[in-house]
Amino acid sequence: MELGVERSLRQTWAFMFRGYHLTRRYISWVIVFNFYALTGSAAVALIGVAAHDHQLTLTLVVGALLWNFLSTLYNEIAMSVAYERWEGTLEYTFMAPVSRLVHLAGLSLFALCNSIVNTVIVLLGLMLLTDLSLAGANLVGVVVVLLASTLAFVGLGVMAAALPVMSPERGAEATHIFQGSLLLVSGVYYPVDVLPGWIRPISALSPATYTLSACRHLVGIGNPATTPQRLAGGPLSAVAFELSVLAMMGVVLIPLGLWVFGRVERWAKHTGRLKRTG
Amino acid sequence: MMLPAIHVRELRKRFRHRPRTSKAAEWALAGVSFDVARGAIYGLLGPNGSGKSTLIRILSTLLFADGGEVRLLGYRLPDDQAQVRRLIGRVSVDAAFYKKLSARENLLYTALLYGLKPSVAERQALQALEQLGMEDHTLSIPLEEMSRGMQQKISIARALMINPPLLLLDEPTTGLDPKSRRDVQTFLEDLRRREGTTILLTTHDMAEAERLCARIGFLARGRLVAEGTAEGLKRQAEAETLDDAFIRLTGEKVLGGEEPAAPAKDA
Repeated sequence: MELGVERSLRQTWAFMFRGYHLTRRYISWVIVFNFYALTGSAAVALIGVAAHDHQLTLTLVVGALLWNFLSTLYNEIAMSVAYERWEGTLEYTFMAPVSRLVHLAGLSLFALCNSIVNTVIVLLGLMLLTDLSLAGANLVGVVVVLLASTLAFVGLGVMAAALPVMSPERGAEATHIFQGSLLLVSGVYYPVDVLPGWIRPISALSPATYTLSACRHLVGIGNPATTPQRLAGGPLSAVAFELSVLAMMGVVLIPLGLWVFGRVERWAKHTGRLKRTG
Repeated sequence: MMLPAIHVRELRKRFRHRPRTSKAAEWALAGVSFDVARGAIYGLLGPNGSGKSTLIRILSTLLFADGGEVRLLGYRLPDDQAQVRRLIGRVSVDAAFYKKLSARENLLYTALLYGLKPSVAERQALQALEQLGMEDHTLSIPLEEMSRGMQQKISIARALMINPPLLLLDEPTTGLDPKSRRDVQTFLEDLRRREGTTILLTTHDMAEAERLCARIGFLARGRLVAEGTAEGLKRQAEAETLDDAFIRLTGEKVLGGEEPAAPAKDA
């Protein structure tokens, strides 16, 4: 008898397989989006270069890279249901004998691969357009922080993916409003202290706030020993607080995301909202 | 005694156009009951908006009923939806695919989604496509470049790839040319004979229903207004054709035509 694990692995691979072939077929759009992500990030980073301020340039570069990574991850997961509505395949995915956990895990894995490729492209582009050197940065630490924040962002993405299930017309719009709000409150290009007092408490709820804070330490931003030639990246132990918060957010947000998605799916099956629209 | 493949009792479903306003609700299904024997083809005919697609969606685990009982191959819905999903294949009126992907990519994706070995599933799909009159090389063509008939044949192959004992077909031949329609009908007859597959078929094509279905149900305004064999329904409506029987028994008004007769109770 076939093992359940083998079946689940094939089902997880189904979403990677689909994502890969759709990327291949829509390659011109993929190039356009990556080009736009690169030019947008470069335009921001060059503000620091123009100000002849290496610390500012680093802050902007780290912000651009992390935001590219996290927003691509979030967006790919959050919009997955909306894409299926547009293709008209949503009902077929929902009637397949695949658990929602495996379904969303497959989507998240593809989203992670997509985010890594996107971020590497932007990083290489920024290294070409600025005199960026990563020597001295604690890159292993950055990867650990990114892994921890990936869990939290997957949870947020899964929750947001429920929105297009609820409303075919408004759901996709709402996911972008939420993404924009994260960009504002998380202090991607600036310290959260500059935000108005009533927004600051909200920034503490965003996982991106902790990701950015930790990565700035690990890259050496704010460290007087950092020079344009060599960064003075901090040790992983210096960001233990941020790492713990991110891990806790992941532990809470992933099950919460699955629960919310499950509740919305049940509601959609009561109200007939799974029917193809758009 | 063998349990029916499909057992539906007093199935009710209504949709609220405006939440929290019970007045704005209308019954899509208002107490539908029928059985389909294992290995039989059952035709469900009804005018647009009569509740056919709602019924198919409930049986496909995509919609929860408001009341009544549904059992598919002994499994109760919605409690046993995980088991039911492994046993049903569905073809809808709109061949829903990733249109940019080739037929092979779409079929392999479905195979993986169902946890099947791609090589085994592909062989199954190729056999179905061959019987439907399609050639191997068409599998590499993106769906968006295929005719509607070809897309619908791929859709049938996709449903059969999982070798389901129960097939739910929602107007599978709507919009097909006569040759493609005949290919599909012949294939369904062969499938039932060869594999003993139970098929629930919704259609507007009376000739198709008469050719394929052992029993036929007429659905109108969310109710099953008549049920029986094609001949029985014609006798019941005192009509010469199934078209006329359908119009009389469902109470459909025909422009410039005769007034419909009141439906009788049984066929």
